[in-house]
Amino acid sequence: MSKTSTLLIRTPEGIVFSQLLAGPMSRFLAWLIDFCIVLCATIAVAMLLTLLDLVAQGFAQAIGMLLQFVLMIGYGICFEWFKRGQTIGKRVLRLRVVDVQGLRMKPSQVVIRNLLRFVDMLPVFYLVGGIACVVSRRSQRLGDLAANTVVVRIPRITEPDLDQLASGKFNSLRSHPHLEARLRQRVTAQEAALALHALVRRDALDPQARVALFDDIAKHFQAKVQFPAETMEGITDEQYVRNVVDTLYRPNRSNRLTPADTAPCVA
Amino acid sequence: MIIDLKKFVANERPYWTELESTLNQIETNDRRTLALDELRRFHYLYDRTASGLAKVSSLAAEPDTRRYLESLIARAYGEIHETRDRQHRFSPLLWFLQTLPQTFRRHVRAFWLSVAITMIGALFGGFAIALDPEAKAAVMPEMFASHLGDPSERVAQEERDKDAPSAGHMSSFSAQLMVNNIGVSIKAMAFGMTWGIGTIILLFYNGVILGVVCVDYVAAGQTTFLLGWLLPHGSIELPAIIMGGQAGLMLASALIGWGQRSTLRVRFRAIAPDLTTLIAGIALMLVWAGLVEAFFSQYHEPTLPYVVKIAFGLTELVLLCLLLGRCGKMAEGA
Repeated sequence: MSKTSTLLIRTPEGIVFSQLLAGPMSRFLAWLIDFCIVLCATIAVAMLLTLLDLVAQGFAQAIGMLLQFVLMIGYGICFEWFKRGQTIGKRVLRLRVVDVQGLRMKPSQVVIRNLLRFVDMLPVFYLVGGIACVVSRRSQRLGDLAANTVVVRIPRITEPDLDQLASGKFNSLRSHPHLEARLRQRVTAQEAALALHALVRRDALDPQARVALFDDIAKHFQAKVQFPAETMEGITDEQYVRNVVDTLYRPNRSNRLTPADTAPCVA
Repeated sequence: MIIDLKKFVANERPYWTELESTLNQIETNDRRTLALDELRRFHYLYDRTASGLAKVSSLAAEPDTRRYLESLIARAYGEIHETRDRQHRFSPLLWFLQTLPQTFRRHVRAFWLSVAITMIGALFGGFAIALDPEAKAAVMPEMFASHLGDPSERVAQEERDKDAPSAGHMSSFSAQLMVNNIGVSIKAMAFGMTWGIGTIILLFYNGVILGVVCVDYVAAGQTTFLLGWLLPHGSIELPAIIMGGQAGLMLASALIGWGQRSTLRVRFRAIAPDLTTLIAGIALMLVWAGLVEAFFSQYHEPTLPYVVKIAFGLTELVLLCLLLGRCGKMAEGA
C-alpha cells in the first residue's frame, strides 16, 4: 500500500475528483490551536468558578471538574458534528474531516474519532497518532482509521497573477493561433502548473540553475508543438516558457475568470 | 476535446454560482430541508457542474477552474450521496429502553469475554492478597490509599464518624468519580485499537483491584460492610466498565477481522453506531453510579442500615439485568 496525498473519489456519474489530504504537521498545528482554545476556556471557567466557590464551596470544584472533562471531550465532537468536520483550529488551517468516501460524517464517526484520541495521544503529544498518520496510506490516525474518516485540505483557490510575469510583453506565439490551440490541447494541467511555478519562483533560483531549468522546460514544450523558427528567434528559453504560460493560461484575455469567480466558498 | 472555453465558462458560470449559493445555504443551516423542486434543481446543478468538470479536466489552461469545480462537486457530492440511514427524530426514552439493550445483546459475547477477563483478574488479585497480604500496597493504585490499612479499623472509623460530609464535598467527590470512571471506560474502548491488548490489560487490572479489596474485607470479617459499601454504586459501575471493555473488544475484533471476509473499512463501518450507543449508555450509567457513590454509598450504619444499602444495590442490579437482557426484545422480533 503506497502513501497518497490525495483522496480520489469517483462518483456514480463517473466523475472523478480529488481532495488533498492533510499532513501530520498541519493537523498538529490545528490541534495546537484547539488545545489553546480549550485551555483558555478552562481557565476562564475556573476563574468564574472561583467566585462561585466563595458562596458554595465544593460545588464549584465539582462543576469545574465536570466542565473541564466535557470541554476536553466535547469540544471536538460538538464542532465536528455541527460545523461539518471543522473545529476552530481546522478552520484556521483550512482543514476538514470527511468520510473516507468523501461523504458527510455520521454522528457515530464524529464520536469515535474523538474518543479514540485517548489512544492516539499516547504516550505524549499524539505520538501514536502521529506515527499512524505518517505510516497510514491516507494519513489517518487510529481514530480516523476506526471511524473511516480522513482530514482533507481545503485549497485556497486564486487565479495566478500572470500580469507580474507577462504584462506588456510581446508574445511571439500569438502569431500562430492554430499552433497555440494545439499546444493547449497537448499540455497537461500538471505541466502548465509546473511551468507557471518555475516562473513565479525564478528570482529565487541560482543563475546557473535558472538557465538549466528553463532550458529543460522549453525543450519539453518544444517537443510537444514545433513553432516556426522565426517565432523562436532572439528569445531566451525563459521568455519562451513565459510565452507558453501566457498562451496556456490566457487563451483570450477577455475570457479570464476573476479571482472572485474561481475562489471556492469555504463553509 | 475541443470546446470554446470563453463561451463555455460564460454559459456555465451562473449554474456554478447557483450551486455554490445552494451549498452555502445547506451548510449554514443544517436543519434546513429542501422542497422537492429545490432538491430537483440542486441535483440538476450538481449533474451540470459535474459534466462541466469532466470537460474542464481535459484543459491544461484551466487548473484553477478545475480545482474550483472539484471543490464544488466534492461539497455537493457529500450532500447528495449521503444516503446512509439518518435518524430524523431522536427519542431518548426509545434509545434507552430499546436501542441500548438491543446493541448490548448484539455483542453479548464480547461482554462475557470482558466479564471473564475481569474475573480472572479478580481471582489473581484475591489469591495474591490471600497468599501475601503485603501485596496490597504493590497492587493498589494511589487513589485507593485509604484501603491500604486494616479493613476492620476502617469500618470502625466509618461507623464512628457520624458527621455527614457537606453537600459541596459530596458533589466534588461525585464529579471526580464520574470523570475518572468515564475516562477509564473510554480508555477501555479506545485501547481496542491496540488489537485488544490494552483493553485486556485494563480489564484485568480492574479485576485485580476488585479481587484484592474483596478478599481483604472478607478475610477481615467485614463482608456485610463490603456489600453495603460496594453494591449501591458497584452494581452499575462495574457492569459499565466491563461494557467499556466490551466496546474495546468489539473494536479489536473489527480490527483483527478473524474469520470475516469483509474489508477493514466495512468492519469498522458496521460497528461504529453500536460503539457510540454503548459508550453513551456507559457514560449515563457512570453518571448515576457517581451520584450514588458520593451521596449514598458513603453513609454507613448506624446512619443507614446495611440491609437497606444491599437491597438498594441488588434492586439496581436486577433492574440493569432486566434492562439489558429483556428490554426491546419485542421490537427485535417484529
